[in-house]
Amino acid sequence: MNVLLQHLPVLPVVVPLVTGAVMLLVRERRRRTHGALAITSFTIQLAAAVVLLLLTTDTVRDVWTEGIGVYRIGGWPAPFAIVLVVDRLAAMMVMLSATLGLAAILYSVAHWDRPALPFHALLQFLAMGVNGAFLTGDLFNLYVFFEVLLAASYGLVLRGLGSQRVKTGLNYIAINLASSSLFLIGVALIYGISGTLNMADLTQKVAALEPDDRTILEAGAAVLGVAFLVKAGSWPLNFWLPRTYAIALPPVAAIFAILSKVGIYAVIRVSSLTAGDNITTTILDEILFWVGLGTLLAGIVGMLSARHLSRFIAYSVVVSTGLVLGALGLGIETLIAPVLFYIGLSVVTTGTFFMLTGMAERARETIVARNAAELTAPAPFFVAYGVADPDPYGIDEEIGTAIPAAMAFLGLIFVFCVMLVAGLPPLPGFVAKFAILAAVLGSPEVAAAPAWLFASAVLLSGLATVITTSRIGIRLFWTSAARRVPRLRLLEAAPVALLLLAMFAATAAAPVVMEFLDATAASLQDPQAYVRAVLGGEP
Amino acid sequence: MELVYALATGVLTASGVWLLLRPRTFQVLLGLALLSYATNIFIFGMGRLTLHRPPVIRGDTPVDPSFYADPTPQALVLTAIVIAFATTALFLVVLLALRGLTGTDHVDGREPDA
Repeated sequence: MNVLLQHLPVLPVVVPLVTGAVMLLVRERRRRTHGALAITSFTIQLAAAVVLLLLTTDTVRDVWTEGIGVYRIGGWPAPFAIVLVVDRLAAMMVMLSATLGLAAILYSVAHWDRPALPFHALLQFLAMGVNGAFLTGDLFNLYVFFEVLLAASYGLVLRGLGSQRVKTGLNYIAINLASSSLFLIGVALIYGISGTLNMADLTQKVAALEPDDRTILEAGAAVLGVAFLVKAGSWPLNFWLPRTYAIALPPVAAIFAILSKVGIYAVIRVSSLTAGDNITTTILDEILFWVGLGTLLAGIVGMLSARHLSRFIAYSVVVSTGLVLGALGLGIETLIAPVLFYIGLSVVTTGTFFMLTGMAERARETIVARNAAELTAPAPFFVAYGVADPDPYGIDEEIGTAIPAAMAFLGLIFVFCVMLVAGLPPLPGFVAKFAILAAVLGSPEVAAAPAWLFASAVLLSGLATVITTSRIGIRLFWTSAARRVPRLRLLEAAPVALLLLAMFAATAAAPVVMEFLDATAASLQDPQAYVRAVLGGEP
Repeated sequence: MELVYALATGVLTASGVWLLLRPRTFQVLLGLALLSYATNIFIFGMGRLTLHRPPVIRGDTPVDPSFYADPTPQALVLTAIVIAFATTALFLVVLLALRGLTGTDHVDGREPDA
């Protein structure tokens, strides 16, 4: 095995770390250097993610046994040292984060990265934390990577400053510091009772616990779960999320689309590995289901009340969290693969949508500026004669003006994003939601009441999406004053279009994707392969 | 010893939570600091409370784990202290920025009556 292949699993963590550190040494004025470094770093991450993804599938059999790569840091045997584990789920999530990261960097290089210094370095550290959280096989290490990504996100939220941002940032930091304390308490309880932090080792220790000890372990897991749910943005722990996401700059918010999914990933991973006897699992599932349903409803209400596009998208993040948690809570095996598909889709959609706001809101800013200019100079003629001021941007001006290409592009992307979020055919959003609903309603394991409740909430969220986006879309694109066309740069528009194309490609290749996701779901149901890969085998 | 230890953790946590719910940013900061102390003590306690046992295995005594304290929670606490310290410092900076931008130290950025 050559050296590069051997050290591949650690690359998504090390590359952004080194790049971020180097950036701190480069002068702030050299914005192009920063941009080039950032693009290079994310390209390497994406390449590494693609190779990792390939290695976890059955196409390359001889490198990793059972498609699970284990990277032992320092070469120590597993339960005593930290391991990075690449299984299908981890590889998929790293791939998502690298794709989104690359798109957001390309987008921000256009003009969002002024001043360059804290921004690019922080993005790198954020990517390091996200990738690390996906790859690590150790609970405490998970905490450390969470802190890395959160610390970077604190800086990114505050970017642009302004009292509104600082106020929201302060609340965001306070919430996350408090939930980090919960995270630590949960980890400590689990360690205190099982004597291990390695997730694979934990799986074995959990099975051998006495009933009394098990109660304490479950208490620890519950505390840990609350911390994860805060990060995932589930009701009633999510009041920080819409405000924070809505106020962050568009490229930052686009990257944040993956942050809430880190919390969901942690829930999936830990519950897959520590699932014990059936009774507790059922109770936990039930709690998860109701929390998910509450999140869905809270997200729907929030969506309907949203007046700005960014706030609406932030609430759509809440809705997607609710949908995923609720679906996981139903505990149907056939549901996991569609849910994973939905997670990937919603990350990319939300990221694209947030990037779109940056361009669309610019059109509005020019309108607002123009309106303000109009208001300050009232037409004396109309005032003197007491006649109502006719619309200065009347219909006659409309004649003969073709739809400008930039506006048409923005409108098209907007419509696509709406259809993806709402789940309208023929876009992949429909496929994902349909697969989820089909699995929910077609499964004999689930009682009718929760299944129908869940299905109607999901459909209601689609309706709320359409209602709200029609309102916002009319205001953004159809109000007559919107004729001043925002200037778009290719660098901004290209990543947005590419992300959408990638989504279409994923849908066109649906059989391959679903086969991969089915295998992922199967490995989550049976974590023994994971345990064997981490604990057995040569160091 | 266990009772004193448990009481100390509990009092720290209670004070931390109470301060966290106060309306002034500096009280929130202190609350977060107290909470992190409580968490650190709690993690340390999870390694079992023992006396006269070194955490590092020495060459000249028999290698029996029961003669030694569990070193892992101590290492964890060390990491947690550093992280909590750094994030608290960061919170302090944001607190001062908010105070400078809004002219009040209320967590909402404005006085409730005004």
